[in-house]
Amino acid sequence: MTDVTTALPVLTRKDFVSDQEVRWCPGCGDYSILAQTQKVMPDFGYPKESIVFISGIGCSGRLPYYMNTYGFHSIHGRAPAIATGLKAARPDLMVWVITGDGDALSIGGNHLIHSLRRNVDLRIIMFNNRIYGLTKGQASPTSEFGKVTKSSPYGTVDYPISPLAIALAAEASFIARSVDTHTEHLQSTLEQAGRHRGSAFVEVLQNCNIFNDGAHREFTDREVRDDRMLILEHGKPMLFGKDRNKGLRLHGHQPEIVTIGENGISEVDILVHDETDPLISFMLAHIYWPEFPVPVGVVRRISRATHDELITNQIDQAIASRGKGDLAKLLAAGETWTVTDDGT
Amino acid sequence: MTIARERVTEERRLERVTIRFAGDSGDGMQLTGSQFTRTAAVFGNDISTYPDFPAEIRAPAGSLPGVSGFQLSFSSTHIHTPGDEPDVLVAMNPAALKANLADLPVGGALVVNEDAFTASNLNKVGYAANPLADGSLSAYNVFRIPVSTLNARALEGLELTNKQVDLTKNFFALGLMFWLYERSMEPTIRWIDEKFSKRPVIAEGNKRALRAGYNFGETTEIFHERYIVPPARLAPGRYRNITGNEATALGFVAASQLADRPLFYSSYPITPASDILHQLAGYKNFGVKTFQAEDEIAAIGAAIGASYGGALGITGTSGPGVALKSEALGLAVMVELPLVLIDVQRGGPSTGLPTKTEQGDLLQVLFGRNSDSPLPVVAPATPAESFDMAIEAWRIALKYMTPVAFLSDAFLANGAEPWAIPDPASLGSIAVPNRTEKAGFFPYLRDPETLARPWAVPGTPGLEHRIGGLEKAEILGNVSYDPENHHRMTVLRDAKIAGIAKDIPPLDVYGADRGDLLILGWGSTFGAIRSAVERLRGRGLAVSHAHLRHLNPFPANTEEVVRAFRRVLIPELNLGHLSMLIRARYLVDAIGYNRVRGKPFRIVEIEAEAERLLAALREPVA
Ligand SMILES: Cc1ncc(C[n+]2csc(CCOP(=O)(O)OP(=O)(O)O)c2C)c(N)n1
Ligand code: SF4
Ligand SMILES: [Mg+2]
Repeated sequence: MTDVTTALPVLTRKDFVSDQEVRWCPGCGDYSILAQTQKVMPDFGYPKESIVFISGIGCSGRLPYYMNTYGFHSIHGRAPAIATGLKAARPDLMVWVITGDGDALSIGGNHLIHSLRRNVDLRIIMFNNRIYGLTKGQASPTSEFGKVTKSSPYGTVDYPISPLAIALAAEASFIARSVDTHTEHLQSTLEQAGRHRGSAFVEVLQNCNIFNDGAHREFTDREVRDDRMLILEHGKPMLFGKDRNKGLRLHGHQPEIVTIGENGISEVDILVHDETDPLISFMLAHIYWPEFPVPVGVVRRISRATHDELITNQIDQAIASRGKGDLAKLLAAGETWTVTDDGT
Repeated sequence: MTIARERVTEERRLERVTIRFAGDSGDGMQLTGSQFTRTAAVFGNDISTYPDFPAEIRAPAGSLPGVSGFQLSFSSTHIHTPGDEPDVLVAMNPAALKANLADLPVGGALVVNEDAFTASNLNKVGYAANPLADGSLSAYNVFRIPVSTLNARALEGLELTNKQVDLTKNFFALGLMFWLYERSMEPTIRWIDEKFSKRPVIAEGNKRALRAGYNFGETTEIFHERYIVPPARLAPGRYRNITGNEATALGFVAASQLADRPLFYSSYPITPASDILHQLAGYKNFGVKTFQAEDEIAAIGAAIGASYGGALGITGTSGPGVALKSEALGLAVMVELPLVLIDVQRGGPSTGLPTKTEQGDLLQVLFGRNSDSPLPVVAPATPAESFDMAIEAWRIALKYMTPVAFLSDAFLANGAEPWAIPDPASLGSIAVPNRTEKAGFFPYLRDPETLARPWAVPGTPGLEHRIGGLEKAEILGNVSYDPENHHRMTVLRDAKIAGIAKDIPPLDVYGADRGDLLILGWGSTFGAIRSAVERLRGRGLAVSHAHLRHLNPFPANTEEVVRAFRRVLIPELNLGHLSMLIRARYLVDAIGYNRVRGKPFRIVEIEAEAERLLAALREPVA
């Protein structure tokens, strides 16, 4: 007889590395996102076999091949739909969706919105490189207005959309942003998304060094990031800057940047982050560089019943009140009549 | 002045009667027709129905586009169709008369609500003179009844608005038909009591209307005869009345139990498939999960996700929805997961004729995807058969790990017939195991017999693997761009589906298995074809009927069957899908008979076409 131990084996990052060769371009931001994802996987208490990664199409879509979990590299834009069905059928699984800015916001916009509004218990990680990488460099829904790309040699005439604003409009119960190269912050953000119950949407600002190099450099580079990014913490004042002396405050309902110690401003004047406050979330989803520092971290986190819980509850209640379905009774429901051997 | 007189009504036995109720969409004709159907079915007649309604919920009152009809045939013998033409046409207004009169044979009975023949109603549909007065209906047996007035009088004293009173007049017409065909009002009275249990005044109004119509037949003398259609000699058993959509939904619930896996149904509402969603949504105590998706793409996506998780993922729609699902169907073919696509066909292309029937999607489900993307196709021939074919669809999907298309149509979906209720214990298991064995597991290692790949669902320790839409290396299942591998995998996917031919029943021939003419059909044309062949054979002609329930692959003996006849006629409600396939596959000179009017075939037209072909055979070659 061997000893029976009930404790789950302790998993490490290595357990989540698959045997497939990673095929992104050298220097691509996706490597870091993959590494952080693998790193946080052991933290959630799920065995490998109960974790599923579902992706759409794009460079980002390759990630499931590199995860030693169950994985489904589906079709362009539809991963949230497939994940919704999987999670509804199998509430026991931990389901992650990997998507890109084109995959999630262009071809798959509808599915993104609806999976978020249903509060499907998914972690949707959107790699935002503000370009179509896999198809070699066309404008995406997050490309800057006027951007010159292969498909817009005279500059785009399409205004970009904010992924966070979309997620907020769809009432995702967890909304966050992080950066590929800010590994610690990214790790902590993925970790929090993983622990959330309900639809978690994470925008990861990602560099495509081939088709949109430096996409986020202006505010993510080491030399400038402290002054140009705002790291959010629930219950803490929204301070930023190398010397942590700059902050956001509301002037009416307009945000403005103020400096502590100037014009009589002190820390008590600074807006305190509240992940449950819809107005704060709204404001944070809409401010961006260069007018404002770029907020990163958890913008919104609320709790409400998940899609699979609601489905399961209805079934449980139906069984409790009507008993488990009896097929023979169901087939013979309604008015019936009997024909006997004599043909009557 | 009235003269008291003994009432004499003759009784006549009839083998079969066909009634068509026609009125405004707001007149409740569908309800009237289905109430008569239930009553006849419970009485023991064989029945067949053809509801025919406009796509508009309420087109302008009294207009031609607003006409809604319900034809039903009830019989003391086995019947296959709702009848080519009505014996009785009940027309609630001039529009209903105008839209339906052409179908009433000379000498047929025409019951009209003469109150509705006002100048304004006549005007709306372009009658220059009142047809009830100008002699234009002299070829018919016309019964002019002031239904609205009589009905209003019967409801006097109830606290109902004029509008509410008017809404009950269909029950007056129904009551009259019950009298004429000696039918009990009881089932309908029970239905009214149940339906309006919370609104007793409405219930009372409807019951009074029903009885007033019945009593009108009884006490007036406009009808000199009543008719009896004795019960049919159906095979012994317990029966219920069932529509195609109902049978489809029940079939999938049964399949879920026979496969011992939960059912996940996801759909985006679309006529004529929505009722399947409505019905399944009520079966929560069977563990059925339904999902109203944001669009058809999401609906099939979610079904694929559910199947990936080990459930029976089903997605139901109609032609336009299938078009949207094409890419995801291709994904299901590539990842080789079991899935059932229900396509309740309607007139197309595009939005087409949403409520009308057509068989226009056969080629779409077979070929409407990029590249070689084979999937099995099954099609029930009658409303009740939808139950069996739903189970058959899952049997194939599970055993062969493949998406399967289930082709119904608006006529099957809404039409009803008696159904011999099966005993669940008599239905065989279709269960397949999940792969759990770690040793020797490869995602695309195939069963040598079926060529199915293993179903290793998430949650199974040690079988973590990745699937997806990119081409997979044979056996290993890793992404592969190898040219020879792609060729092999394409051939394998094709061979897997083609091999199912060994595992389905042979094509059955009604009549002799060789002869002058074979009429080959599929789907809802069964009834018209079978009836035509019965008549032709009754006249000694060498005509047979074969009906395909499996459209991909074809049963293994299909070529043999079609080659045994001098001519093959393929009637279809499209411009020649099956005939193109038969010609291409077997180099047989099949001849199409193709009509796309949004209506089922009439028996006589198939009979006439068959006769035309037989006559040509007899002509000496010049
Ligand atoms: C139906 C369909 N249309 C188009 C494509 C081609 N396509 C593949 S990826 C992609 C864009 C991906 O952009 P994004 O989501 O930003 O991903 P990235 O490559 O940048 O990570 C396109 C248009 C496809 N695979 N499928
Ligand atoms: S194209 Fe861009 S996003 Fe895609 S792998 Fe290369 S660097 Fe990364
Ligand atoms: Mg991109």
